[in-house]
Amino acid sequence: MPLDLIESPDLDAGYREGLWTLNFGPQHPATHTTLRLVLKLDGEMVVEADPDIGFLHSGFEKLAEVLDYNQYVTIVDRMNYISPMANEIAWHHAVEGLLGIELTPRCKYIRTIFAELMRIHDHLLCTGTCVLDLGGATAFMYAFNEREKIYEICERASGQRFHTSYTRVGGLLYDVTDDWVAMVRDFCKTFPRAYRDFAGLVMKNRIFVERTRDVGVLSKADAIAGGATGPVARASGVERDLRRDEPYLAYNDLDFDVCCAQGGDCYSRFQVRMMEMVESLKIIEQAIENLPSGPVFISGTGKEGLPDKTEVYRSIEGLIHHFENIMPNRQMPSPKESYYGATESPNGELGYYIVSDGDFKAYRARTRPPSVLHFSLFNRMIRGCMLSDVAAVLGSINIIAAELDR
Amino acid sequence: MSESTNLKEVLESKLPGVALAWSEFRSQQRVRVPALQIAQALRALRDAGMDQIVDITAVDMLEYPGATDRFEVVYLLLDTQSGQRLTVKTHLNEPDLKLPSAYPIWIGADWLEREVYDMFGIVFEGHPNFKRLLLPDAFESFPLRKDYPVKGRGERHNFPIITRAES
Repeated sequence: MPLDLIESPDLDAGYREGLWTLNFGPQHPATHTTLRLVLKLDGEMVVEADPDIGFLHSGFEKLAEVLDYNQYVTIVDRMNYISPMANEIAWHHAVEGLLGIELTPRCKYIRTIFAELMRIHDHLLCTGTCVLDLGGATAFMYAFNEREKIYEICERASGQRFHTSYTRVGGLLYDVTDDWVAMVRDFCKTFPRAYRDFAGLVMKNRIFVERTRDVGVLSKADAIAGGATGPVARASGVERDLRRDEPYLAYNDLDFDVCCAQGGDCYSRFQVRMMEMVESLKIIEQAIENLPSGPVFISGTGKEGLPDKTEVYRSIEGLIHHFENIMPNRQMPSPKESYYGATESPNGELGYYIVSDGDFKAYRARTRPPSVLHFSLFNRMIRGCMLSDVAAVLGSINIIAAELDR
Repeated sequence: MSESTNLKEVLESKLPGVALAWSEFRSQQRVRVPALQIAQALRALRDAGMDQIVDITAVDMLEYPGATDRFEVVYLLLDTQSGQRLTVKTHLNEPDLKLPSAYPIWIGADWLEREVYDMFGIVFEGHPNFKRLLLPDAFESFPLRKDYPVKGRGERHNFPIITRAES
C-alpha cells in the first residue's frame, strides 16, 4: 500500500494491526556498532522506524566535569573513534575559544593537516562500509588499505595509532618530525591512485547505483530544520561548510571547494563524501608544502601552554613550570563564562558548549554530536523504502554509536 | 550569504515589555528570555530567519558560584543563510521544570529535548514522543544533575538479573 494512503486517518484500524514488527539490531552487521531499530513493515516496505539508542552510553559528559581541559581529550577521542583526532581538535578548539588562546602558525597547520587526514579516514570507512553492507567487499578492502597508512601517520606523530590524545590546550603533545612530513607527502602521492581504483569500482557500478539512487531521500527543508550538517546536509543542497563560513585553524589561507549535491539520497551523500576526499587531499598538499617552522606551543612562560618535555626533564625551571600547569590548585584560571566552539568534523558540525566556573576544568561540557541529529532524521529518510534499503541508508549517514550515546 | 538581521530589534518588537537580558562573550551573542515567553521568542526568531536548531542543552547551576536559578536551558540557533548564531537561555526552578516543546518549530528539537529530559529531568510539553533517549525507561535518576554522584548510585551493581526461565 502506498505511504500516503497509510497515513490517512480513515484507514482501517485492522491494517495497522496487520503490520509486523521487526527488530533490527542491536547486533547486526549493518549497524556497525550497537544500536537497535524497531521497524514496522508492510510486506517488505518500511512504514515506520523507531530507533532505540543508548546501549553504549557511558557518561562522557559527566566525566567532563571532573577531568581538566587537557585530561578530557582522552575521553573525546573515544566518541567518534572513526576519526579520533577530529574530536580532539574540536574539543581544544572550543577550550581555546573560551580561554582566548591564539595558536602558533605551526600548530594551526599541523592540526589542519590532521583534521583533513581524519576527514579522508572517516570518509574512507563510511563509503567503504556503505558498499560492504550492500555486498561489495572488494572496495572496502581498498579503502582499508589507505586507512592503515593514516594510522601509521598518527602513530608517528603521537605514538598511538587509534586514540591519539595528541592535542593540548595551546598546542600539541609533540612537534612533528621530518620523517612525519615525508610520510604525509608520500601519502599525498599514493592516495590518488588508490582513490581512482576505489571510485572506479563503485561510482558507476550499476548494482550500487541502483541500490542507492533515490533511496532514503532527505529534503532540503528537513535537512535545515532537522539540524543536519556536514555531508548529509550538503548532499541535500544546503551549501554550508564551517571551514569556509566560520574559518578556524589555517583554513583561511588554503584553497578548497565546498562539495554539494542536490539529490538528498544515499547516492548523493556517497558522492559528496567521495568529492570531499579529493578536496581534503588538496588541502593537505597545500598545508604540508607551506608548513611554517617555529614552536607548536604558545609562548611557554605563562600558564597557557605546557613546557617542552626536554625542559621538564632537564631543568628545574621547566619542572616547576610543568608542575604549575598540571596541579589542580595552580592551573590557569578560565573566565566565568559559557562558550560554544564548533568545527566541521567529517560527520558534520561537531561543537562543544562549555560552561566554566573559573577552574581549569569545565563546569559543564556539552558535546553537540552530529550523529544524534542525523539519526533522529532516519525515520523521515527510510519511510516508504524497502527493508533492504535500511542498510543503505544507515551506511550513508555514518552513524557512530559511541558518539551517538556518549 | 545574505545580510544578518538585527535580532535584538526583532525580539523587542515581538515581545514588548518582556525583560530580555542581552550579553556578549568573544563576539557570541546571547539573550536570556523568561521561561514563560520562550516559545514565543523561539517562534519569532525562527520567523526572523534562524532556520536551524544547532543544539538544546541544559546546565545544572546548583554549585555554580553566584547562581540564583537551578537550571539553565540553552538553545543554540543558527541562520543557515547568513551564518548568524544566537544563544537563547532560559532559567527554571524546582518544582516547576516544564517548558513548551520546540519540536513544532524545528523538527531537530526531537531527540535533543528527549536527551535534556533524560539527563536533567526537564519536561518539554507538547512533544509527540516524549520519553528517555539514552537511559533505560526504568532508570529513576537524572545523572547530569550536580547532586547525582559521578560513580552513580549503584544502579549498575544492583541490576536485577533475569534468568533464562524468566525471560
